[in-house]
Amino acid sequence: MINTRQLLTIGGLALCAGLAFAGDAVGEAQKQPLNMTAIAMFFVFVVSTLGITYWAASQTKTTSDFYTAGGGISGFQNGLAIAGDYMSAATLLGLSALTYAKGLDGFIYAIGFFVGWPVILFLMAERLRNLGKFTFADIASYRLDQGKIRTFAAIGSLTVVCFYLIVQMVGAGQLIKLLFGLDYPIAVTVVGVLMVVYVTFGGMIATTWVQIIKACLMLFGGTVLLFLAMSQFGFSLEGMAQKAVETHKGGISIMGPGSLMADPVTAVSLSLGLVFGTAGLPHIMMRFFTVPNAKEARKSVFVASGCIGYFFIVVCILGLAAIPIVGTNPEFFEGGQVGGKILGGGNMPVMHLAKALGGNLFLGFMSAVAFATILAVVSGLALAGASAIAHDLYARVIRAGQASEAEEMRVSKLSTLALGVVAVVLGIMFEKQNVAFLVGLTFGIAASANFPVLILSMYWKGLTTRGALLGGLVGLISAVVMVILSKAVWVVVLGNAAPIFPYEQPALFSMPLAFFFTWLFSVTDSSARAKTDKSGFDDQYVRSQTGVGAAAASAH
Amino acid sequence: MSSQIYQKVRANPRFADLAAKRSSFALLLTAIVLVSYYALMMLVAFAPDVLRTPISQGGVLTIGVPIGAVIIIGSWLLTGLFVRRANGEFDRINEEIIREASK
Repeated sequence: MINTRQLLTIGGLALCAGLAFAGDAVGEAQKQPLNMTAIAMFFVFVVSTLGITYWAASQTKTTSDFYTAGGGISGFQNGLAIAGDYMSAATLLGLSALTYAKGLDGFIYAIGFFVGWPVILFLMAERLRNLGKFTFADIASYRLDQGKIRTFAAIGSLTVVCFYLIVQMVGAGQLIKLLFGLDYPIAVTVVGVLMVVYVTFGGMIATTWVQIIKACLMLFGGTVLLFLAMSQFGFSLEGMAQKAVETHKGGISIMGPGSLMADPVTAVSLSLGLVFGTAGLPHIMMRFFTVPNAKEARKSVFVASGCIGYFFIVVCILGLAAIPIVGTNPEFFEGGQVGGKILGGGNMPVMHLAKALGGNLFLGFMSAVAFATILAVVSGLALAGASAIAHDLYARVIRAGQASEAEEMRVSKLSTLALGVVAVVLGIMFEKQNVAFLVGLTFGIAASANFPVLILSMYWKGLTTRGALLGGLVGLISAVVMVILSKAVWVVVLGNAAPIFPYEQPALFSMPLAFFFTWLFSVTDSSARAKTDKSGFDDQYVRSQTGVGAAAASAH
Repeated sequence: MSSQIYQKVRANPRFADLAAKRSSFALLLTAIVLVSYYALMMLVAFAPDVLRTPISQGGVLTIGVPIGAVIIIGSWLLTGLFVRRANGEFDRINEEIIREASK
């Protein structure tokens, strides 16, 4: 059986990192025979999304259309798209696997990943929409020094995007090898090519629709599977739980908190990193700029958190149902030995459940949904990366606002292409690597470098350019150093005996450091620039509260 | 042009009032969500037996299950409450303030 530490990692990584777990737990997946049902269903998905991309291309004329769909996405649509980002294939697999192995612990874990969304709504959604235009650097540089802050924010965004892309690519390759029976390099290339096509031709409009379709498929698949599973137990959760307790080797203990909290520091640090890291992910923040105003931005979080909450509860019930259904069926164990190793690795219970209850057809459907998920996430990432390069670095810093719309568009499309190539090449290079540490790094950087700068620029008048830069840098460096000294790199990658930093997630420690130094370097800053920075706050405050002067939706 | 409007908005006492009301509402809801979540985590860490109490005599489902569900569903309902008030009451006042300032 997998130990708790590993499960914590798998669950956490799975949820936050899209498919990180696949690099870790599935490891080098055994290639399966070609799954024609899954491939056929995936083909249908690709053809229909390419059709949408063709339509979206005719709608994408300006940079605003390209980056943010012209601000013309409704709150409801955007809510589904945000939910699509968060309900990754890994949520489905990782969270159900955690419940399958640990019972109630899995559910408690899920709650930690959910509570970030209400908080994002209450504290950030409205201000993000009112202050932002294309990238989160727009917000941070509203009153601070444009050149410096944009460069810093763009580097932060690109680092996060690249690491996250590698994680997704490696996860995608392993998962597809397992579910579809395709070769790893083919899988990675297919993902890369489709991503570039969606983004360069269809921009944010196509990316949003890919997310929406995928979110609906995921909710539909989860609900059908829930119905099938409940029908096995006369639609009684108590009945299902009784069977699970009878067949799980932990017995009744799975219905209470188990070993999860044996390491509360890791759990809390992970939950902090997830909540605030999510709020610091460039492709998530970008979603708030696709709606016409703050009203729709708020609605979108309401819709998103409803879908995410529902999905998490469903997935945990599926994990519970898998205990008696998958856990007692020799068909799903290596060598037919019940209680031994699960076929395909520890993250597969829900897929086996799909097969047990819905046959090959349903398994094919769920596999296709998992593949679609990866495509949707990498497309969002590529778009966020392209906007950081083309909008922040090229148009605003290098050309100092003098670039024409057409030039900026061309750079953003070339950047997408370049990101696609980088993603495929790195994805193939990292095939045999353990990429788990990249996840800690991604979320550590997002929570400790991007998030403090963003939230303080919105809320704290005293923030200065110097404070933001140096504090952000402290967050960035401490997150990187802590991850390097943690088990994932120090022991697993570098082969040392024991980790120097005992926890896997840096956020609990690196975030306070970032906030403290941002504060310190701001209050001790008496430069002329600092005065300008502070004097800009009052106007920014009115705009963030009222939306006066906010980037408007383009009329379509 | 915006800058003039910003000054007028700032000068309007109703603006400070609105900002204060909206912020304290948002902070209250944030506190409810985070306190209930971290209270659950404290129970898990220091009094796990509480969560092992069965819901019904002879049943296996424990109160940990509904408590968790209440936190997820409850905080989602709070987002609904926030959106309702912010998109209704607060946005109405907001529009009035902007209209007065643009005159």
